[in-house]
Amino acid sequence: MSDQPYTCPLTRREVIDQYFLEHRAKMIDIAAFLDRIGRARPAEAAQDFRVKAMERALSVLTDSDGDKARRVLDVLSDPTVEPIAKSPGKGASGAYPVAT
Amino acid sequence: MKYIDPHIHMVSRTTDDYQRMAEAGCVAVTEPAFWAGYDRSSAQGFYDYFRLLTRFEPKRAAEYGIDHYTWICINPKEAENLGLAREVIEIIPEFLTEDTVLGVGEIGLNKNTRNELTILEEQIGIADRHDQLILVHTPHLEDKRKGTRITLDAIKRNGNIDPGRVLIDHVEEHTVKMVLDEGFWAGMTLYPNSKCTVQRAVDIIETYGTERLWVNSAGDWGHSDPMTVPKTAMELKRRGHGPEMFETIAFRNPLTFLSQCPKCKVIDA
Repeated sequence: MSDQPYTCPLTRREVIDQYFLEHRAKMIDIAAFLDRIGRARPAEAAQDFRVKAMERALSVLTDSDGDKARRVLDVLSDPTVEPIAKSPGKGASGAYPVAT
Repeated sequence: MKYIDPHIHMVSRTTDDYQRMAEAGCVAVTEPAFWAGYDRSSAQGFYDYFRLLTRFEPKRAAEYGIDHYTWICINPKEAENLGLAREVIEIIPEFLTEDTVLGVGEIGLNKNTRNELTILEEQIGIADRHDQLILVHTPHLEDKRKGTRITLDAIKRNGNIDPGRVLIDHVEEHTVKMVLDEGFWAGMTLYPNSKCTVQRAVDIIETYGTERLWVNSAGDWGHSDPMTVPKTAMELKRRGHGPEMFETIAFRNPLTFLSQCPKCKVIDA
């Protein structure tokens, strides 16, 4: 957890006291979601680009650097820069299929 | 506590929402023209929608003491069809003269396509020629960072648009810095899920400050909450920020930006 400018009026202990439980719950939601995928067929679906992106994003959470929200969003973003030829539809998937 | 919700789609909300917002301190809303959840089949459909925004909705809001303003455009989700989009563009100037129309919006990109960019550039041109404020929709999820970059570049390419007269909406942690660094205003859209949350918005305020930044609910026909702006006051208080921060982010800043249009008559009292 890197230090950043102290712009939150709360102490670090107060932030943890106030927010830990709800974020603990969100973390367990993610774990349960991954377990749910594991219980579903077919096994190859675990290679879905969205799940792979989530795995890359999760590694950001445990590294020692700050600015984590921005970096997670960057992991989930389309890295290309040019407009595409035609709309594939109106919706978004939440992750970009990175070639591996 | 008074506030402005500068981006909310009230045509999709019930009158009960106006009442709840008024009770929470809302004194004004601005409603950008956007996608209705289905594609309209003709320019006439947009004409009727624009009349709804400019004639009916201000009266409904006024019953609760809320000033209702609007923005007119062809939205990016219906901009892929160049022919229809250009038919809609032809009727936009007629509405720009209405008393409650503050500018062109919410224009922008959805899937970052060439056609969407073409229509975005043409509407930037309308704003330029008619000396209008601009409210920009940025794409959601994986398309946001790329779409925001393309949009900022398109506005700058026009050459005549003052960034201080452009609000780039739906910023998040990975786009807010580029928007503010290049002189634009930035809006944070607060959603129960899928977009920026109230907690993250306050995180962004703590990181980037309050200059040229506002919050809005963008409440619409989908899962959304028109009370997210006043909920921001609660989150700020929870963290120990004084009430002046909410007043800045939810009243003074939107008022400063919107008042660049002389038709904005929100009272600063």
